[in-house]
Amino acid sequence: MKTILKGFAAAVLGLTLAGPAVAAEEGGTPHYPIHAPREESWSFSGPFGTYDRAQLQRGLKIYREACSSCHSMNLVAFRTLADLGYSEAQVRTLAAEYTIQDGPNADGDMFERPGLPSDHFPSPFANHEQAAASNNGAAPPDFSLIAKARGVTRGFPTFILDIFTQYAEGGPDYIHSLLTGYQEPPEGVTVQPGTHYNPYFIAGPALAMPPPLSDGQVTYEDGTPETVDQYARDVSAFLMWAAEPHLEARKQTGFIVMIFLILFGGLVYLTKRKIWADVH
Amino acid sequence: MSGGHSTYTPKTGIERWLDARLPLPRLMYDSFVAYPVPRNLNYAYTFGGILSLMLVAQIVTGVVLAMHYAASTQLAFDSVEKIMRDVNSGWLLRYLHSNGASFFFIAVYVHIFRGLYYGSYKAPRELLWILGCIIYLLMMATGFMGYVLPWGQMSFWGATVITGFFTAIPLVGEWVQQLLLGGFAVDNPTLNRFFALHYLLPFMIAGVVVLHVWALHVTGQTNPTGIEVKSKTDTVPFSPHASAKDGFAMVVFLFVFAYFVFYLPNYLGHPDNYIQADPLKTPAHIVPEWYYLPFYAILRAITFNIGPIDSKLGGVLAMFGAIAVLFVVPWLDTSKVRSAVYRPWYKLFFWLFVANALFLGWLGSKPAEGWYIPAMQVSTLYYFAFFLVIMPVLGLIETPRRLPNSITEAVLERKGGAHAQPAGSAALPETKG
Repeated sequence: MKTILKGFAAAVLGLTLAGPAVAAEEGGTPHYPIHAPREESWSFSGPFGTYDRAQLQRGLKIYREACSSCHSMNLVAFRTLADLGYSEAQVRTLAAEYTIQDGPNADGDMFERPGLPSDHFPSPFANHEQAAASNNGAAPPDFSLIAKARGVTRGFPTFILDIFTQYAEGGPDYIHSLLTGYQEPPEGVTVQPGTHYNPYFIAGPALAMPPPLSDGQVTYEDGTPETVDQYARDVSAFLMWAAEPHLEARKQTGFIVMIFLILFGGLVYLTKRKIWADVH
Repeated sequence: MSGGHSTYTPKTGIERWLDARLPLPRLMYDSFVAYPVPRNLNYAYTFGGILSLMLVAQIVTGVVLAMHYAASTQLAFDSVEKIMRDVNSGWLLRYLHSNGASFFFIAVYVHIFRGLYYGSYKAPRELLWILGCIIYLLMMATGFMGYVLPWGQMSFWGATVITGFFTAIPLVGEWVQQLLLGGFAVDNPTLNRFFALHYLLPFMIAGVVVLHVWALHVTGQTNPTGIEVKSKTDTVPFSPHASAKDGFAMVVFLFVFAYFVFYLPNYLGHPDNYIQADPLKTPAHIVPEWYYLPFYAILRAITFNIGPIDSKLGGVLAMFGAIAVLFVVPWLDTSKVRSAVYRPWYKLFFWLFVANALFLGWLGSKPAEGWYIPAMQVSTLYYFAFFLVIMPVLGLIETPRRLPNSITEAVLERKGGAHAQPAGSAALPETKG
């Protein structure tokens, strides 16, 4: 067994030595994003991470006031907003602020009615084609899973270390960096008309979406600073919740499972030792 | 079954009644209780049990997931998200199943490398090895089709690329591809047949596993010394000895598995698979699941034509050849000594092979450009050279170390050595329990 471990160590070492050569040979085809996302600290990271309810509520406000006119969130039902700390009545009121198309009724007609908690967030566009036509041909992506659907490759050896640091916040880090990363293109760089330079964008030097947030754009009632950075942070946390609503249950169950496996493993090990005592 | 005589004696009336009609308790007793195993098996030998556990876990979680899944291009993506959001503990089932596939492969790779290290494929265990290779092949097919089911971007484009391999086959290629797809492109018929096959293949795997275990129980297990069992002192009964040890290894393995399921459930997946499949939008880099990456690197290493074989067919041949070569390993290795413990040169080349396989996996995740291409080619060359040149030649020219006369002697030698000179324990670490 020791030899196997030693051999594995040698193999890992071999890969480590190959690592720097990779970094040196960049160039050729351009690789995006130009800058890796900045790593932020999130309340939901780590083995005991939980969502910050107040932050999620602020993030929902940002989504509704700054994002939802272009970005749908088809998979999220109003009823699940109770997770954000809203009461049943508040969820009911919030849902009723939306108009939902329903039907056909007994006469065969489609009709409109106020939203119910069982409804999902309605899409801002009637269909994919309309969404694309209204946005220079590129339909804005749905936001239900965006926090898990974006991840910048971490590279060697970071992706190995991520196992031990439990880094799983690549999505929110990316969203936060992108939202705060709009800037003037550096000298000598020209971007296509109708696009906006952002070195954090995953698929090119510039993206079609103009900077969606500005300081003071959304009013916070709890005294939280009304800055782009704070908005970006809050909406990233909210989108992580939208993508992974059961994250807290997952981590809490995980802790119990780990404790059980350690105790059970210890007992099985002692049993094994006792059984093998006469053989060795 | 080993040794041919049964030591089972039915104690109760029911057992005697059953034994005279269908001796299932006798089969179980002989296979999993009295079955003698070498006393010097180390933890590398526990992965067979771990794999059985993973197969059962995958089937159980998979059957429940299938109750909530809809195999239609319109519904598949949303039905998986419904499992994640609305089904009770659905997130747990789905993360167990998707990470379970990865850990199934981690276990099978350790199991295969252990076989290569200790020469487990040598006579009389060639069929045992080949049955294992068939299981591995079935696992790859199952894993690939399972990855298509969530109908994300990587599902769709992975399926497009992998079924595209078959068009490289001369004459019948197009026909084979259309048969697999059920049409001219990946679409609803593809998803439907992949779901049907993804449900079927695990049971075929279970069937071959029965044959694999049967073959194992006929020949008996190898052990780190590679010397066959000679006397009763060389073995211990499977229960409680091996079962307790396997049990402990399973708990440790489950601990690592649970760590990923609960804390890093998406670490081994690709973010693009959380985007619904879009036939009009190709992802920047199409990569298969991590467990196919070494073969993906081999596929893309062939960038040149060889005579009438163009680079596409060459790549596909190399990729399938990389798996096919495993089937003939028992006849490629010419050494009379089984275990790498007594083969210093083979040991060195073996660990180089492991490092090379990991490197190929890393290269598989990279685009085919720049220095990655020659690296893929050199690594592919070593992959094949290990089997086709090193294995046959080394067996003829290598001078093995002195072999102990029996397993018991090897164990006692280690013990005696450890008492006389502490450094001696490092000489035969493989015999450690």
